[in-house]
Amino acid sequence: MKPATGETSQKKSATQNACKLCSPLGAAMVFKGIQNCLPFLHGSQGCATYIRRYLISHFREPVDIASSSFSEEDAIFGGARNFADGLANVIAQYHPDVIGVATTCLSETIGENMIGMIRSYQEQYDGNGPPLVHVSTPAYTGTHTDGFHAAVKAVLQAFAHNKGPQSAHRINVLPGMVSCADLRHVKALCSLYGFNATLVPDYSDTLEGESWQEYHRISPGGTSIAEIGNCGTAAASIELGHCLAERNDTAAAWLQDTFAVPRHALGLPIGIRLSDQFFTTLASISGKSMPPSLRAERGRLIDAYVDAHKYLSGKTAMVFGDPDLVVGMAAFLSEVGVRPIICGTGAKVKNWQALLGAEIEGGIGDIEMVAGTNHAQLSARARERRPDLLIGSSKALPISRELGVPLMRIGFPIHDRFGAQRQLMLGYAGTQSLFDQLVNLCMTSKQDASEIGYSYL
Amino acid sequence: MLQPPPANHESIQILTDRKDQVWQKGKDSTFRCDQKSVAGSVTQRACAFCGSRVVLYPIADALHIVHGPIGCAVYNWDIRGALSSGPQLHRNSFSTDLAEREVVFGGEKKLKLALLELIQEHQPKAAFVYSTCIVGLIGDDVGSICRDVTRITGISCIPVDSPGFKGTKKTGYQAACEAAFTLVGTGSTVGIPMHSINLMGEFNIAGEAWLIKSYFERMGIDVVATITGDGRVDDLRRCHGASLNLVQCSGSMTHLARLLEENYAIPQKRVSFFGLEDTAKALYDTAEFFGDAEIMRKTELLIAEELAAVSPVLRTYRKRLKGKKVALYVGGAFKAFSLVLALRALGMQTVLAGTQTGNAEDYAQLQEICDPGTVIVDDSNPLELAKFVLEKEVDLFIGGVKERPIAYKLGVAFCDHNHERKIPLAGFAGMVNFAEEVAQSVLSPVWQFCRRKSL
Repeated sequence: MKPATGETSQKKSATQNACKLCSPLGAAMVFKGIQNCLPFLHGSQGCATYIRRYLISHFREPVDIASSSFSEEDAIFGGARNFADGLANVIAQYHPDVIGVATTCLSETIGENMIGMIRSYQEQYDGNGPPLVHVSTPAYTGTHTDGFHAAVKAVLQAFAHNKGPQSAHRINVLPGMVSCADLRHVKALCSLYGFNATLVPDYSDTLEGESWQEYHRISPGGTSIAEIGNCGTAAASIELGHCLAERNDTAAAWLQDTFAVPRHALGLPIGIRLSDQFFTTLASISGKSMPPSLRAERGRLIDAYVDAHKYLSGKTAMVFGDPDLVVGMAAFLSEVGVRPIICGTGAKVKNWQALLGAEIEGGIGDIEMVAGTNHAQLSARARERRPDLLIGSSKALPISRELGVPLMRIGFPIHDRFGAQRQLMLGYAGTQSLFDQLVNLCMTSKQDASEIGYSYL
Repeated sequence: MLQPPPANHESIQILTDRKDQVWQKGKDSTFRCDQKSVAGSVTQRACAFCGSRVVLYPIADALHIVHGPIGCAVYNWDIRGALSSGPQLHRNSFSTDLAEREVVFGGEKKLKLALLELIQEHQPKAAFVYSTCIVGLIGDDVGSICRDVTRITGISCIPVDSPGFKGTKKTGYQAACEAAFTLVGTGSTVGIPMHSINLMGEFNIAGEAWLIKSYFERMGIDVVATITGDGRVDDLRRCHGASLNLVQCSGSMTHLARLLEENYAIPQKRVSFFGLEDTAKALYDTAEFFGDAEIMRKTELLIAEELAAVSPVLRTYRKRLKGKKVALYVGGAFKAFSLVLALRALGMQTVLAGTQTGNAEDYAQLQEICDPGTVIVDDSNPLELAKFVLEKEVDLFIGGVKERPIAYKLGVAFCDHNHERKIPLAGFAGMVNFAEEVAQSVLSPVWQFCRRKSL
């Protein structure tokens, strides 16, 4: 398939092959990371069905998302009845502990009175129904990552409190949209510093679960409402993602402002420098130094960097995808000698250049940094600049084939490879895994490009 | 708080509003279908927009632009297995990607610019403009923009009235048929022979249309247009020159077939190319329609040859698959009928059958051909499907990507019979692929490690 050309990178009226998804998808993922929570989209049923299929294709797990199934009359007169009926049916069928409601383009545009509808729901159940958390996610205001972060904040605002005792051993980690393996890994890393980490969200089990013996109405796993409640009395919050770190209206900022839980805003810990920052933060909150096992992991990673540096030296890459992931990857690539010459995201990020510029080693004179872009424009840039590697979601396959440039699949969505939910990227161990993939991809390219086919590299 | 959920599938109840949409052969009860989905039921159906989008998607030399916020366009980008022998334009995803200001002030200007830009860049043969929920609400005059751009560019721009809230996929199918019909009759029918057909509701998944077309070529019958698999705008323009419409995916194409019948007096036949029986019947019915001895002779020869080639292979599969119990949940009813028969031919028994969009007539036929005890569901959902998979101790589930995790989580084999698949399952050769697909999953050694209680 010849991808759309997207001839110039100038602003176009049409988006060709988007490099983003819509905000309710992000919200649904967050709700999947809460124990016994059912996501509920207030709007047309297609939104829920599309998002379900998209998530199932990536995670290969059941993803049940309810919808209020708007009809034409509901679009005109409002969907209050569908909302109430939908909730009653969800409660009857799924027995949820909590229902995560996201309002789609449709319900947002007709101006549904969500506060009133949620109040009627509570009255109907005399306050004994499963609690609702609502997040506003009209797709025309942002991307899936915005929906994700908005849902994290909505969940904390709905449930966090400071009623219990303060705990020095509990920290909140708001990890952003990372893989199931990364969620598990981050939790384990925190425990090395003596912390019980509350992840918001934690879909590591719900979106990468065991084979079932019996049917589960809702996939087991996730952070419970009680645990989220206690986020208000944690020792600290660690909020991952460069874009969030720039803002003061995030979930962790809210916890800090409301319950005085100190906020530590960091980039995704990919690569040695960003991982160092993460572990330094854990060390400073805990007062503990780095455990020997981690120190050794770091040492082995440096050793690997040295062993492989010549396979990577001078290579160039196009990195694309969710903004926080792109910044983290660009930082990592630049510290191993790969120039991330095109860094693109579909999201509109105001300070995109500054964020990248602060993390990319060796200057940014050769780096194109494009926000609010799409795959047609990215393909056009790749055609012109011919990077050695493409790094991002599986959606760049057409340009990868056209140019004969390998695609390293990371992030979301990955629809043409197996095990995306197990892809480890964070910390020294995650970086090691990424680094091995990266080096092997370059070695494969070298082999493939050689007529002889070196069997010894 | 409510009681914690019992972990037993037997405790899963059917929602009161859906009681009549679940039926068991042999038990006397009413059956209802063709309803809008119950809110909160977690229907497997999508929306009207999705229905339109999938029907027109395979028209490969047309520009398909989704007028709305980004989500609607992005979830169906190059996700279906509909192949094109030429242009690949349909595999891109074009959207006006409406932002808040356009939702407030209207998106007409952006749509017009987008259309002009994209037409200039891609030189399509026509452009389909899909309206989404938001466009339905803000009231953009898509028709007027389309007329305007058609006048400026000379490229037919066709509005597809498909806001998601207008109904289910079926509503969208109708909108797609209306849109496609605007092209019909605008091309020359010179050179179309008398023995000619349109293949309607054949989407060329994994090249199936090519296989079916080859059968008709061997029979001496010309295929004017495949609608919409490996579709071309110019084929649609002249498809009114065909003598007969074969309608495969009845749900999606009945409306267009009816329009062609009413306006151009082209008769239609419902056919299916899944399974040996149905494929042979489709070919015989077509040959019979033309009443030409030579065509009939060639048809008999073709069927005899094809059957001789596949029957021995299928017999070996039958031995290995005999007695296995199957659940199937598919989009349209015609596929369900064919699957019940094809599974029976492999010695397998359908114990649960359901569709997203079947109508009363469809279900009457499905109920007729199923064995006693078979559960039939309309517009079902994951909980119901899981309940019956366990109750009926199913060995194999046939469905689409959304049904796959239900099967796999419960340690049940799975066969994808939806439009995302990459393996041709139609025609005689397709039946062998189907048997192989089924066997590869059912007979895999991995199930020994799954701990399903009922096993």
